Amino acid sequence: MELNDIIKPENKVYAEPKLLNRVHMHYCPGCSHGVVHKLVAQVIEEMGVAEKTVGVSPVGCAVFAYNYIDVDWEEAPHGRATALATAVKRLWPENLVFTYQGDGDFSAIGTCESIHACNRGENIVIIFINNAIYGMTGGQMAPTTLLGQKTATCPYGRRPDLNGYPLAITPLLAQLDGTCYVTRQSVHTPANVRKAKAALKKAFENSINCKGTSVVEIVSACNTGWKLTPEKANKWMEENMFAKYPLGDLKDLKDGIQR
Amino acid sequence: MNDKVTLMKGNEALAMAMIRYGAVCTSTSSPGFSLMQEGVSYLAASEVPALLINVQRGGPGLGTIHASQADYFQACKGGGHGDYHMIVLAPSSVQEMADMVALGFDLAFKYRCVSMILADGTIGQLMEKVVLPEQRPRRTDDEIRQQCPWAVNGRKGMRPSNVVTSLELDDDKMEENNWRFQACYREIEKNETRCELIDTEDCDYLITAFGTTARVAMKTMELARAEGIKVGMFRPITLWPFPEKQLREAAKNVKGILCVELNAGQMVEDVKLAVECKMPVEHYGRFGGNVPTPDELLNVLKEKLINK
Amino acid sequence: MAKIHGAVVVNTERCKGCRLCVVACPCNVLNLKEKEVNDRGYHFAYMEQPEACIGCQSCALVCPDACIEVYRVTEN
Repeated sequence: MELNDIIKPENKVYAEPKLLNRVHMHYCPGCSHGVVHKLVAQVIEEMGVAEKTVGVSPVGCAVFAYNYIDVDWEEAPHGRATALATAVKRLWPENLVFTYQGDGDFSAIGTCESIHACNRGENIVIIFINNAIYGMTGGQMAPTTLLGQKTATCPYGRRPDLNGYPLAITPLLAQLDGTCYVTRQSVHTPANVRKAKAALKKAFENSINCKGTSVVEIVSACNTGWKLTPEKANKWMEENMFAKYPLGDLKDLKDGIQR
Repeated sequence: MNDKVTLMKGNEALAMAMIRYGAVCTSTSSPGFSLMQEGVSYLAASEVPALLINVQRGGPGLGTIHASQADYFQACKGGGHGDYHMIVLAPSSVQEMADMVALGFDLAFKYRCVSMILADGTIGQLMEKVVLPEQRPRRTDDEIRQQCPWAVNGRKGMRPSNVVTSLELDDDKMEENNWRFQACYREIEKNETRCELIDTEDCDYLITAFGTTARVAMKTMELARAEGIKVGMFRPITLWPFPEKQLREAAKNVKGILCVELNAGQMVEDVKLAVECKMPVEHYGRFGGNVPTPDELLNVLKEKLINK
Repeated sequence: MAKIHGAVVVNTERCKGCRLCVVACPCNVLNLKEKEVNDRGYHFAYMEQPEACIGCQSCALVCPDACIEVYRVTEN
């Protein structure tokens, strides 16, 4: 069969999501952000909720998410995305409201608002990209940096006596009464991408149906910050990150939180 | 849209982040307002209307819980980073406090800027008769979409997406944004300066004061006039934009100005600039929650200006 | 038995040559152009062995820049 016979509109099985703007994304080659953006755009499109979706972008690499996913966006001050999302959702309860935050934003400067939003059971979705490093500012140590992991500010590896321990914030949030769905996913293989997409869909449905706070952590690679090729970064992530940040659902209340 | 939402927040920075969403109001006292400065700057840069209320207490630091006017600079000259201004309203009665809520919201929405009520610990704890303005209904969803087309509430009808952001890495665009902010501030300066002039037509001396000190100075005026000293009063109601034209006009024929504040000399700088130092401008301030008495002010007036 | 034919179209201008699609492909269809680059200087992905493609979408799923579209035909 000739290529021309295969490449026809009726045979298309995977298309670019319509809600993803046709612009160059500023992310480094191989960055997990791109995959998650794509999934978010796909899920919103498939659910048909673009008209009532509001995203809140963080400070960090993903601040320009609003240039890529064609829905309404608010850019939040550093760490305050969940507070902003709270306001949006409280004022427009029928909307799908999600934040998109990195580990520096969500689990460092924003720890307070992150925990309080989850504890209040705000009906929002938190998409938490955890790559164990400050990517945008040049690969410095983050609260999530693994023990022994080398970064610009711990060039000999993170030491617990000097730098404390890596913060796994998601299990903390799963303990709170306000969270209805807490899961940890990754997007480094086709199978994981499919699972992450299903998780995002469930979380988005929770927001629309006001079931409580949904947290979708995506364990991600920052190949530039880790100073590896995209391929090796994914491998390093599998070998090192998953031990501290194991994948899977931490909590899933089918009927939502108790009010 | 939910009819009314009142939220108790974890901290001030958090509250500001919520207010970033627009159309809301928060109140605090000085240290809390310091914490909010990041958000104020973001609000200004995102052109999101909001009303902030700072009932000033004595600083610096945790200071005291009693009245102060030491946040004048913070309110009028910045506080947060970047070139921005807020409309600063200074009430000197409970009635004014009540009226300024509606005024503050109206101005914020008219100019898509931040307005603030800068009261102080005394005004904040005052009990006096007040006629509450009639409650206005909240905008409906459709009204919001119509009147605030910039609002981030979902792309209803698949309109082009709205993005509220303060970030712009293109230098030319960011400069353009700044020019737009400045043009808006000039417009506010032109249209929105407010002040109260009392007995300024014939006065030899002028007292400038706002908030609590203006109330005290009113009595001082009375005492002075009983002694035959013609004292007038200039009370700015908007601290930014500062009513400098009105002050210049009122001060045309006076022999001296006494600026009374609960701080070490903040508004006095604007007073001097407004009158271009063409006459003596003296400052008298009290701190730490102390408020001067009318007699005290009369003595200061005599000492610093009349008997000099 | 039904035979599946697949093909991918790479948006070569958006491709950043990260190689993740090459790794993800179970049939070794894809590779990066060795000498050619796009406007931004990236060695973009292309079908090196188009006849091996089964249209499984693995490459498209992991592509961070959403620059791969997949086509599939089932031939009886």
